[in-house]
Amino acid sequence: MYDIQHYYEAKSVEDAIRLRVEHPEAVIISGGSDILISIRSGDLAGCSLISIHGLDTLRGVSLDPDDTLRIGALTSFSHLMKDPLILEHIPVLAEAAGKVGGPQIRNIGTVGGNVCNGVTSADTASTLLAFDAEAELQGQKGKRRVPLTAFYKGPRRVDIEKDEIMTALLISSKAYKDYAGCYIKYAKRAAMDIATSGCSVNVKLTPGKDAIEYARVAFGVSGPVPIRISSAEEAVQGKPLTEETIELFAEHVRAGINPRTSWRASRDFRIQIQLEMARRCLRRSIERAGGEIVG
Amino acid sequence: MQVGKSVKRVDAYDKVTGRAKYTADICPKDTYVARIVHSTIAHGRVLKIDTSEAERVEGVVKILTCFDVPDIEFGTAGHPWTTNPEHQDIADRKLMNEHVRYYGDEVAAVIAKDEVAATRAARLVRVEYEKYPHVLDPLEAIQEGMPVIHEAFPDNILGHSSIREGNYQEAIREPGLIKIEGWYSTPSVQHSQIENHICYAYMEGGDRVTVVASTQIPHITRRITAQALGLPWGKVRVIKPYIGGGFGNKQDALYEPLCAWLCTQVGGHPVMIDSTREETFVSSRVRHAMRSHIISWVRPDGTFAARKMKVWSDQGAYASHGHGVVAKGMGAFPQIYPCPNVECDCWTVYTNKPSAGAMRGYGIPQTMFHNESHIDDIVTKLNMDPVEFRRKNSMPVGYVDPFSKNELYDDSFNQCMTKAEALLNFNRKRKLYANQTGPVRRGVGMALFWYNTAVWPISIETSACRMILNADGSIQLMLGETEIGQGQDTAAAQMAAQVLGVSYKDVHVVSTQDTDVTPYGSGAYASRQTYVGGFAIAQTGRILKEKILKHAHRLTRMPVDIIDIKDSWIVRKEDGRRLISLETLATETLYDIKHSEHIAAESTYSVQSNAYSFGASFAEVEVDIPLCHVRLLGLVNVHDCGNLINPQLAEAQVHGGMSMGIGFGLYEKMLFDEKSGRMLNDNLLDYKLPTTMDHPDIIADFVENPEPTSPFGTKALGEPPACSPAPAIRNAILNATGVAINDIPINPDQLFESFRDAGLLEGE
Amino acid sequence: MESISYKQITFTLNGKTVTTSVDVRLSLLEVLRDTFGMTSVKKGCEVGECGACTVIIDGETYDSCIYLAAWVDSKDVLTLEGLMDEEGKISDIQQAFIDEAAVQCGFCTPGFIMSSWKLLSTGKRYTRDEIRRELSGNMCRCTGYQNIIDAVEKVMNERLADN
Repeated sequence: MYDIQHYYEAKSVEDAIRLRVEHPEAVIISGGSDILISIRSGDLAGCSLISIHGLDTLRGVSLDPDDTLRIGALTSFSHLMKDPLILEHIPVLAEAAGKVGGPQIRNIGTVGGNVCNGVTSADTASTLLAFDAEAELQGQKGKRRVPLTAFYKGPRRVDIEKDEIMTALLISSKAYKDYAGCYIKYAKRAAMDIATSGCSVNVKLTPGKDAIEYARVAFGVSGPVPIRISSAEEAVQGKPLTEETIELFAEHVRAGINPRTSWRASRDFRIQIQLEMARRCLRRSIERAGGEIVG
Repeated sequence: MQVGKSVKRVDAYDKVTGRAKYTADICPKDTYVARIVHSTIAHGRVLKIDTSEAERVEGVVKILTCFDVPDIEFGTAGHPWTTNPEHQDIADRKLMNEHVRYYGDEVAAVIAKDEVAATRAARLVRVEYEKYPHVLDPLEAIQEGMPVIHEAFPDNILGHSSIREGNYQEAIREPGLIKIEGWYSTPSVQHSQIENHICYAYMEGGDRVTVVASTQIPHITRRITAQALGLPWGKVRVIKPYIGGGFGNKQDALYEPLCAWLCTQVGGHPVMIDSTREETFVSSRVRHAMRSHIISWVRPDGTFAARKMKVWSDQGAYASHGHGVVAKGMGAFPQIYPCPNVECDCWTVYTNKPSAGAMRGYGIPQTMFHNESHIDDIVTKLNMDPVEFRRKNSMPVGYVDPFSKNELYDDSFNQCMTKAEALLNFNRKRKLYANQTGPVRRGVGMALFWYNTAVWPISIETSACRMILNADGSIQLMLGETEIGQGQDTAAAQMAAQVLGVSYKDVHVVSTQDTDVTPYGSGAYASRQTYVGGFAIAQTGRILKEKILKHAHRLTRMPVDIIDIKDSWIVRKEDGRRLISLETLATETLYDIKHSEHIAAESTYSVQSNAYSFGASFAEVEVDIPLCHVRLLGLVNVHDCGNLINPQLAEAQVHGGMSMGIGFGLYEKMLFDEKSGRMLNDNLLDYKLPTTMDHPDIIADFVENPEPTSPFGTKALGEPPACSPAPAIRNAILNATGVAINDIPINPDQLFESFRDAGLLEGE
Repeated sequence: MESISYKQITFTLNGKTVTTSVDVRLSLLEVLRDTFGMTSVKKGCEVGECGACTVIIDGETYDSCIYLAAWVDSKDVLTLEGLMDEEGKISDIQQAFIDEAAVQCGFCTPGFIMSSWKLLSTGKRYTRDEIRRELSGNMCRCTGYQNIIDAVEKVMNERLADN
């Protein structure tokens, strides 16, 4: 039995917002794969919960009129893995979602929860970040959008106001059209693990498929929150599809990452694998975009 | 034939339908929940415990502390008792301890009406400590000036033993010898059986306490519980239902004594201790971490002149199984590759860590990793073939251990290697992988293991059995030896059926052991039950059969000498004629107006022999050097465990042991915070139990040389499969990369360190 | 808005509609075991790591230890007890677990069978690696997974051959 002080169940988004205002101390629970564990461990023991688990309107993926991909905050990882729009437009996000835990966790865990947790190891966060995703938040005053880069304030701290809940993650068509990506999760075992590090890269090639038009790269566990390495992205812009370009990319990644030593892994080890992951992710993204690497 | 057939498990139906009942499934609903308050320092003394705030939590019944427990020190090891005080297990703990010796030690227990109340209150118990310095490493713990963990052991050394054969110092003077030397270490790992330890206790009949427990050793647990509470042994009853795995973890009295005592403190109301996964990691038992230093003096032709081994074993806070574990591990060293000049020493050292106890293999997986890694270091240095080197040096046929009188009757090592080599295609792959240079490389490796069935002559080896002939001709079989998942009940049914001439389906094994009812058996450990229990089953079966045949004589007038039981019929041996069915005989006898008899037999067999059980692992890996990652591509184990009672279950048993060996070699390690002594990864997310996706298809096979000392030609199989996979994997990584890694697990962190040191990674 | 301590829930359990009032602090694991006697649902870690408590909710696998009982209102829940037909005949999956010796201590078995049920319910053909992936949320310490994978593959092949 979970040590829960008060339990409130939201019947609608508006309901959830009202509950947030009335019970500012209460914690939002969507899937529970993190919150319930924290209650059990004692970290959140005796807390109050606002359950948004039943808000089915926040589940699923759709296209806004301007072709923006709208991913409901309560969409589960397993849903992402098989959603036709995701598979068509951002298959790498399905790939990343498929790396989370195991099947049961992917069924209960939500993409919104993954991001709202504010943890650097979240498997979908780096890919969302690498596609310039925005968080859609709804509060008493209505909706607002925040780019994920700004949404993360620090470890376990995100930009959600006291009256808000996250309703969706949005990716504009400009951000995903003609991009191909790759996500590598590095973990100590092949399933049921948190990422030692995660790397997500995506590229758009020139029409002739002989150079990189744009590249984006994001890392989990390279810093306190998931990060983009813009210098690496800029460095390879317009560069040919060669091993030199990949090395150039890796050099800039090296300058941009700043993992720490923890009991889970050392900084030096994380740097070693993150550079290698960056190289492999870029290579595979280029290949997936229809390019061929020479040299 | 009932033995040697792959019949289906007798408990499989209940287990696939959810009908099999485990401790939590039968616990009464009104049972109180006990939550333990664990020490938050690694070493010190409890000065004061303030329970006032905790007692105010609604639902709390009683809070008891280390100041309340009986002043009795007891040992917890699941060894059979001995009346010789010198051989008794070390009694070094109370039910809860004022002198706390590891982060997680028991200092108080909250009894409450429900789990939330118990947990809340446990968090509110305020404990004041006097902190002592702590030590987590056994090699440090034996240095001068280190904190003393138990006053009776001022140097922290729980045990030391030695082996001396020939003259090492003399032998190493031989000219032309090559010296190969290395340090090898294996970590603290945990059994991680899926059912955590759980027990509940209640009182009946005024002053008798019953403990229902997930234990491998009900009779031993009864004795220890009685000792810990200062009760006559008959006042304690232990019941063991189905258990969700043990692997040695539950070959110890864990929380049964404490639970029984808590129950006595609330008037005998049922009290349950249902350990969390975190408690199971820290406060049950772990495998002894061991560190070895090995020196071999080898001639250029690949023969040994002299060898030396020193091993330090990390006992953790309390003695539990103590020195016996490393002593067994070291005992393998001079035997597996006999050498005329050997010096061995081993020490068991207290540290401020979770207590180490029995775990599948009992010291052998550790020293096999050390020794079999070392053998490949020799092979590499001499540029020899690893299989050929082992063929040349491993224990020869006819070898006799002077202590146990065990003899190697058959060419087990060579036969196992030949079979495993073929199954993995080892020789061909070794050639194929000889000259790789890329970032991703493959390799093959192998290792042998030495294992000794059961514990004779160190301890008693005894097993008692009761058989009852039911009126329908079926048999009720009761044995002290326990089903813990390995298939013991099925093997017992098959063996009994074989002796009695009935189908195994007509042998009803009473799976639940109840010390009030079940005859004595020491329980599931030392891979002993099929071997030792086999004697008791064979003997009791013979006694029952004699009784049956006597009644057959009465009913058929045929002389006992010419009749037998076959397929549940009394038959005439000569022509096979069916004289009377066992069913008719049983019914007639039970309901005979003059001679009514409930035909039953019970006997104890005290075994005075023991048997070697040998085998080999062969592994293939792919190593991604820049990513510091190993993928296990294949693993083969071949065993000689004598005749297989049930080939399919034997194979399944080997799979499980291999899996544990994979975890040991590549994934698992308990991590501790140096400053506090707290275990960092005490959950199944951070403790890397290998998942389905971390396993390749694994192959188990056998050579069946009947063991001449066993009535069924069988010997150890439970533990052996876990003994050799880790060094085989290590040697495969060596073969792939040229890097000899002497610390397991060979996880990404370890690979990074090793590859960096070897210059395989691009520098910063 | 008031907090709720108890919630009236109605759901389908192994084909039958059931109604009960649950303490909102309870996990589905606890309600299934303690209220409905579904003791096949095992507690192994309480944090969604071992999979011993796996049940099917609306056709998908969930760790019932980290699923609030209050959430199961109006849903369809299947546990191992629901796999037998009305006359007590066990399913092909259960039979395969027996035949392939995929059962040892039996504690992880119910969870594995439920995950296998889900995988096999798709009617798709899976490679052995894909079967491993679908079962990766369930841990077993006894079997090395070998015979479990064999059992699932066998049922899959039999069902595909029948269709």
